[in-house]
Amino acid sequence: MRKIVSILLLAIVAVGIGLSLAKIPFGTPKTKIGRHYINEGVKETGATNTVTSVVVSYRGFDTLGEVTVLFIAAIGLGAVLSNIGKKTAGKIQPASMVLSTGCRVLFPLILVFGSYIFIHGHLTPGGGFQGGAIIASGFLLIYLGCRERRISQKASKVTESLGGLVFVVIGLLGLVFGGYFLLNFLPKGTSNTLFSAGIIPIIYIAIGFKVGSELAGIIDNLIEES
Amino acid sequence: MIFVFFLILLMLVAAIAASVFRDLISAVIATTLVSLAASILFYLLAAPDVAMAEAAIGAALTTAIFIIAIRRTKRYEE
Repeated sequence: MRKIVSILLLAIVAVGIGLSLAKIPFGTPKTKIGRHYINEGVKETGATNTVTSVVVSYRGFDTLGEVTVLFIAAIGLGAVLSNIGKKTAGKIQPASMVLSTGCRVLFPLILVFGSYIFIHGHLTPGGGFQGGAIIASGFLLIYLGCRERRISQKASKVTESLGGLVFVVIGLLGLVFGGYFLLNFLPKGTSNTLFSAGIIPIIYIAIGFKVGSELAGIIDNLIEES
Repeated sequence: MIFVFFLILLMLVAAIAASVFRDLISAVIATTLVSLAASILFYLLAAPDVAMAEAAIGAALTTAIFIIAIRRTKRYEE
């Protein structure tokens, strides 16, 4: 009986959401602000990738908050796990030859690809978060394939803090030079080249390092405990 | 177009399977399948930025974190 009622309620909610969303035309520009980003974004920010110009320039302050949330989550995880008490490192079962060889070949390629994604964040799809996540998945491969290797916790903490610091300091420099936080005070250059878009690539590189070391640190914390 | 419908169907089946499976490792793999299909769908909908984040975080890192957690606890749900 309870199951039938809950399925009925779910169906009602689904029909309601479906009916209200069906009125919205799919794939057509609806708001003025969206059209402004698409038409004027490249001229105003210098970034060819419109998503990046919104994430780092128009909504840069939101991104700072997002990065802070990730930072707090990583710190919270570390604090909770440090209370459990580390297991003494027993004998580590070595990975199979296919896995360890594959990880040795693939790890540098994944690192290069992740760095490419966040360095070219203002030109091609992707950016700091995506590149950082790709780099962290490279570190995950290291933990699976070469099990005796560990990243240095201290180095990852330092990288993480430096990334956050660069973001905030660049925001404050904008406050100093132009009067508001995260102002794009550097020259925009010609769009579609690597050295363009002012502070956007610098911020995205900082975010890439920060997210990569944060996610790698989370994985490291979890693997150390198990 | 058929491919898109296949992906959506795959997502639905995998999502239902994830909630039905008693073996938690199988359930985690099913959720990974949902993420993977979602990331391909995002790509087909011309959102490569989201597709990249979904593939790297949803399909790779979340799966690893879940599996590490399951290794520390119980594998089967009673």
